[in-house]
Amino acid sequence: MIAELGHYALVLALALALIQSWSPVLGARKGDLALMKLADFTALAQFAFVMLAFGALTYCYVTSDFSVANVYENSHSQMPLIYKFTSVWGNHEGSMLLWVSILALFGALVAWFGVNLPATLKANVLAVQSWIASAFYLFILFTSNPFRRIAEAPLEGRDLNPILQDFGLAVHPPMLYLGYVGFSIAFSFAVAALIDGRIDAAWARWVRPWTLLAWMCLTLGIAMGSYWAYYELGWGGWWFWDPVENASLMPWIAGTALLHSAVVMEKRNALKVWTILLAILTFSLSLLGTFLVRSGVLTSVHTFASDPSRGVFILAILVLFIGGGLALYAWRAPALKQGGLFAPISREGALVFNNLFLTSACATVFVGTLYPLALEALTGDKISVGAPFFNLTFGPLFIPLLIAVPFGPLLAWKRGDLFGAAQRLIWAAALAVMALAITFAIQRGGPVLAPFGVGLAVYVMIGALIDPIERIGLFRQPLAIAFARARGLPRSAWGTAVAHFAAGMLLLGVIAESQWNSERIVSLKPGESISVRGYDVTLENMMQRPGPNYRELVARFTVRRGEAMVDVLEPSKRTFPQRQMSTTEAALLTSGASQLYLSLGDVGSDGAIAIRLFHKPLVLLIWFGCVVMVFGGALSLSDRRLRVGAPKPARHKPSMQPAE
Amino acid sequence: MTRKQRRLILIGSSLGVLAIAVALVLGSLRESIVFFNSPTDIAANKAAPGKRVRLGGLVKAGTLDRGDNLQVGFTVTDGNKDVRVNYRGIVPDLFREGQGVIAEGRVEPGGAFTAETVLAKHDENYMPREVVDTLKKQGYWQENAAPKPAAARQTAK
Repeated sequence: MIAELGHYALVLALALALIQSWSPVLGARKGDLALMKLADFTALAQFAFVMLAFGALTYCYVTSDFSVANVYENSHSQMPLIYKFTSVWGNHEGSMLLWVSILALFGALVAWFGVNLPATLKANVLAVQSWIASAFYLFILFTSNPFRRIAEAPLEGRDLNPILQDFGLAVHPPMLYLGYVGFSIAFSFAVAALIDGRIDAAWARWVRPWTLLAWMCLTLGIAMGSYWAYYELGWGGWWFWDPVENASLMPWIAGTALLHSAVVMEKRNALKVWTILLAILTFSLSLLGTFLVRSGVLTSVHTFASDPSRGVFILAILVLFIGGGLALYAWRAPALKQGGLFAPISREGALVFNNLFLTSACATVFVGTLYPLALEALTGDKISVGAPFFNLTFGPLFIPLLIAVPFGPLLAWKRGDLFGAAQRLIWAAALAVMALAITFAIQRGGPVLAPFGVGLAVYVMIGALIDPIERIGLFRQPLAIAFARARGLPRSAWGTAVAHFAAGMLLLGVIAESQWNSERIVSLKPGESISVRGYDVTLENMMQRPGPNYRELVARFTVRRGEAMVDVLEPSKRTFPQRQMSTTEAALLTSGASQLYLSLGDVGSDGAIAIRLFHKPLVLLIWFGCVVMVFGGALSLSDRRLRVGAPKPARHKPSMQPAE
Repeated sequence: MTRKQRRLILIGSSLGVLAIAVALVLGSLRESIVFFNSPTDIAANKAAPGKRVRLGGLVKAGTLDRGDNLQVGFTVTDGNKDVRVNYRGIVPDLFREGQGVIAEGRVEPGGAFTAETVLAKHDENYMPREVVDTLKKQGYWQENAAPKPAAARQTAK
C-alpha cells in the first residue's frame, strides 16, 4: 500500500512538473502574473510529492518489505538500521529517486527564497527546472521504478552490496547529488536569461550563491568519496583516476571556473557570454557524469546494474539538454551586450587566466575519460587510460594556475600592477624557497620533485594570506586594531583567502602522500613483526568474530615506537554469506596529519596472513584541505552581499511597504 | 590599448593554453594507453612482449596456487586459449576461481604474463564488461549464467 502511494506521488509530481514546464513561460511572455505565480505553487507541491515518494521507499526499506523488488534486491532484515536508511539510495532506482528529490528541493528553494527575483526571470528559471525534472521523472517511471512489486514476497532480502555497507554511503551520494543537481540552478538561470535575452550584473549576484552552495556540496561529496575509497577498498589509494571519479571531477572544475567568472560578471559586468556558456557546460558535465555512472557504459563500484534501455534514455536526456542548451546559446548569446573593458593585467585578467587553465584541465580529463569509449565505439579496440596520462596532463596545467593563485586578489580591477603584486608576494616566495631548501635537506636523496611541490604549496598557502594580512595591517598596527579591522573585512575576502589557503593544503597533502608514501606488503605469522618508518607492527593473534549480517576475521596487531606501545590495530576481513562477498576493513592509526594504514589479504596455507602496511605522511591534509576549502566557500556565502534572497539594491529608508 | 588589441591578446593566450593542453594530451596519450587483450589475443602475439597491457578472462578452476612470499599464480582463460599469470601481492577480495578478472602487466618472452595489478569485479553477479565481450566472442558466455533465486528472475520479465 505504502509503495503504491509512493509510486502515485511520483506520478503526481510528474503531472505538476508538466504544468510547471509551460505555464510560467506563457505567463512571462504574456505578462500574466497569475500564470507566473502558479510556478511557485507547483514547485513547492512537487517537492512535497517527491518527498512523499522518497519517504514511502524509505518506509519500505526500514520495515524490510521484501515484496518490493528494490528492497528485496538491496536489503536484509538483519542489516543495521542506518544501512536500511542509506540503502534507499545504494541502488540504481533509489539513487535516481534521490536525484529528483534534490532537484525538486532546489526548485522549491528558488520558489521560496527567490522573492526578490524579477518575476519573469523567476518564472523562466522554474520552467527550465521543471523541464529537467519532467525528463527525470519519466526516466524513473518508465525504466527504473523503485516501487515495483514481486508477486510472491521472498522471506529474506539479498542484502546490500557489502562495499556499500558503510557510513560513507550516508554522506557521499547525497552530498555529490546536491552538488551535481545544484548546478542545475545555474543552468536554469542561464537558459532563462537566454530566453529573456537580458542579462546584467544582478543576474550574476543571484546565480553565485546557488553555484557556491552546489560547489561546496560537490567538494564535500568528492572528498568523502575519496576518503571512503581510501579506507574501504584496502589499497590505500585516495584517487584512482577512475572514469567515475573523473565524472565527478569535471563538473567540479567547471563549477570552480564558473564561481570565478561569475565574480567578474558581478563586479565588472564583463565576461557575460562566457559565464553563461560555463553555466551551461557545468551542468552538462553533471548530466554527463550521471549518464556515465547510471547507464552502465563503465564498469565500476558505482554501477549497480546495467540495462541498455536506461542508457539510451539517459543519453536522450543528455543530448536534449546539452544540445538544446548549446543551440539556444548559439542563437541568443550574440544578442547579449558586451560589458566592461579591462587590461590583460588586472583582476579580471587573472580570473580569465584561471578560467583558461581550469577549462583546459577539465578538457584533458574529458578526453582521458571519454577517449576509450569513443575508440571502442569506432574501432572496437579496448583500451584504458590510466593515472600516468592524467598526471602528465593535469599536473602541468595546474602548476601555472597555482603560481597565479596568490596574484589574483592582489591585482586591482580594470588595470593591475603585476610588479607591485610580485613585490607584495616576496614573503610568500621567500618562505617557499626556505621550505624547499629544508625539505631538500631533510629528505636526502628522495624524489627530486617533492621539495619543489612543497615549496609551491607553501607559496600558495602564505600567498593566500598576504591580502588579508595587509588589509588588516597585521604586524604593522597594534593587535587590537588589526583584530577590529579583521572583523570589518568583508566575509567574501576571508572566504577567498581561506579557500586559496586550502588549495595549498590540499597540494601539500597530495605531494607528501604521492612522494613519500612507504608501503610494505608481506605475509606474517602470529608473533612476527614488521617495521615501517620507526613503527614496529606485530601480529598478536587472529580470531573469527560474528557480526549482524557477516562473519569477520580480525587480526590483532600491536604498534610500538621504540619501546613505547602506541596502539592496537584491528583490521579485519568480513564475509557476507548472502552475497558471498568479502570486504576489507583497514585499520588506521592517525598521528597529526599522517596515517599508518593496515589492511589484510588472504590467509596462506602455512597460517600466515598477507598484510599491506602503509605509512602515509600528511595524507589527511588532502581531505582537511577540501573541508577548509568548503569552509572558505561558507564564509563567502555568509557575506551580506551574497545571502540568498538578499541581493536587492540597498535602500536607505526603512521599508514601509507591507511584506510581499 | 584598443579594444581590438585586448581581444587579440585574450584570444591569443587562450589559443596558446589550448595548444599546450593539446600537446600534453597527445604526448601522454601515446605513452600511457593500455590495450585490453583476451587470452586468444595474447596467444596470437597481438601484444608485444614487454609492453604494458591488460588481460581479461575467467580464472580457470583448479589453477590457482599460492606460493611463498605472496606469490600467486593462476590461469586466465576465454574458453579458447589459456594464459598463465604470475603475480606477487594481495589479490582483491572478489578474486576467485571461475570468476572474471582483469590483470594489468606485461607478457614475458616465454608467453607467460606477469601482472602488476589484479582487478576483480565489484559484486557477485557483475562481470567486467570487457571480459563479458571476450567470452561472448568465444561463445563461452551464457546469458543469465549467474545463479539467481527464482523470485528475482520472475520480476526480471
